[in-house]
Amino acid sequence: MKNFKYIPAESLEKASQKKDDSVLMAGGTDLLGMIKDDLLTPETVINLKSLKELKNIRYNAGKGLEIGALATITELAENSDVQKRFPVLVQTCKEIASPQLRNVGTVGGNLCQRPRCWYYRGEFNCLRKGGDTCFAVDGENKFHCVVGGGPCYIVHPSDLAVSLLALDASLEIFSNGKLKTVPIDDFFILPEQNETKENILEPGEIVTKIIVPEIPAGSKCAFIKFKERASWDFAVVSLGILLNTNGSTIKNGRIVFGGVAPRPWIDTALNTKLTGAATDEKNLKSLADSALLEAEPMSKNDYKIILVRNLLKQALIDLSKN
Amino acid sequence: MEKIHLQINGRNYHLEVPATELLVDTLRERLGLTGTKKGCEIGECGACTVLIDDKAVNSCLILTAQAEGKKITTIEGVGDYNNLHPVQQAFLNHDAVHCGFCTPGMVLSVIGLLKRNPRPNEKEIREAIAGNLCRCTGYKQIVEAVLDVIGQGEKNI
Repeated sequence: MKNFKYIPAESLEKASQKKDDSVLMAGGTDLLGMIKDDLLTPETVINLKSLKELKNIRYNAGKGLEIGALATITELAENSDVQKRFPVLVQTCKEIASPQLRNVGTVGGNLCQRPRCWYYRGEFNCLRKGGDTCFAVDGENKFHCVVGGGPCYIVHPSDLAVSLLALDASLEIFSNGKLKTVPIDDFFILPEQNETKENILEPGEIVTKIIVPEIPAGSKCAFIKFKERASWDFAVVSLGILLNTNGSTIKNGRIVFGGVAPRPWIDTALNTKLTGAATDEKNLKSLADSALLEAEPMSKNDYKIILVRNLLKQALIDLSKN
Repeated sequence: MEKIHLQINGRNYHLEVPATELLVDTLRERLGLTGTKKGCEIGECGACTVLIDDKAVNSCLILTAQAEGKKITTIEGVGDYNNLHPVQQAFLNHDAVHCGFCTPGMVLSVIGLLKRNPRPNEKEIREAIAGNLCRCTGYKQIVEAVLDVIGQGEKNI
């Protein structure tokens, strides 16, 4: 690693006034990997972990859950309110990385982690690094996106982003000395907007809190992740779903896909078909088969579309059962 | 240089280390605690697993400065040749050690699990060691060793 200075953050205010050659660190499990690979060569690393107030997890009946951005993935999974009221988040946390990484990696860091594209992580001067080529287009694109891509074709690596979007969460962001709240759907961006970053954060802006509304009464949720290895890995594809049925029809719901796009993906056409749809197996299968109709797979990743539809089929059938 | 205080295996250390120094390097190179192994260096293999405040972490992805004031347990603090920890003894009894490179990290992941959950089932054991790669045993003997330790009751884990 190239030499850098290390400073524990004194306050949000001070951390946010960082210079361009400084980086903010939460758990550091992704950041240190980036620095080791010379993808980042900061002058100063500012450790946010000294801001203890950003570690709290609080549940308020009627209002929902507030997760401090610096809470670790393990702390989220082991919180008794989360286990009782938001089991889908526990399910998601258990699918993230390995126990060792979950003990250090934070919720905010999970949302802000950088993509795992092997060209981006490797020695290629790709678009995301300011170059002029996305090497996945003519290269090895088995794990790249099938929808929402262009000019860069990464997939977003966060599992929590998928579940939190299904739960309609918001992010609290410290920006220019003030706090603002942004729906998580507006937090993530596509490469067509900016191919060098995955979210709206400007330098010095810091995610401070994740706000998750109560899960509507009667709704069921699930997170499903397909990995190449059983033990742990990034998602090949994943699925976050919230579904409210009344026995024979879907009252409402929300489906989010991971691993298919440069951001957690809401297939709008699919989601608008949910309300009023019959929950017999045949109809649920045809609903699932209408997922990602707008996908434009690359040379080696069309299998992701079939995989997503099959996972969705299973989830719709499981969640529609009483 | 960063002035750091660490409590490693019950002993206090006051060190001056470069900001870029990783915990695994402080342990191995500076303090000679070479029981902690260095494998992939990217948080995938778990050979460098140590406990920080009783939780398993990859010491290759933590700056020593990040561990300021923390309690660290390495394999040297778990047991020694004449006084093996029950988990180490069970690994021996079940031939759960072949080449041995993963063993220190594996043992610490297991101890981290047993501190939180003294009676894990097989699924929980497999989840707890998911971040520790073993290329020799196929994990079967390791899981059997842990089940055996649990069967012996809570022996000062």
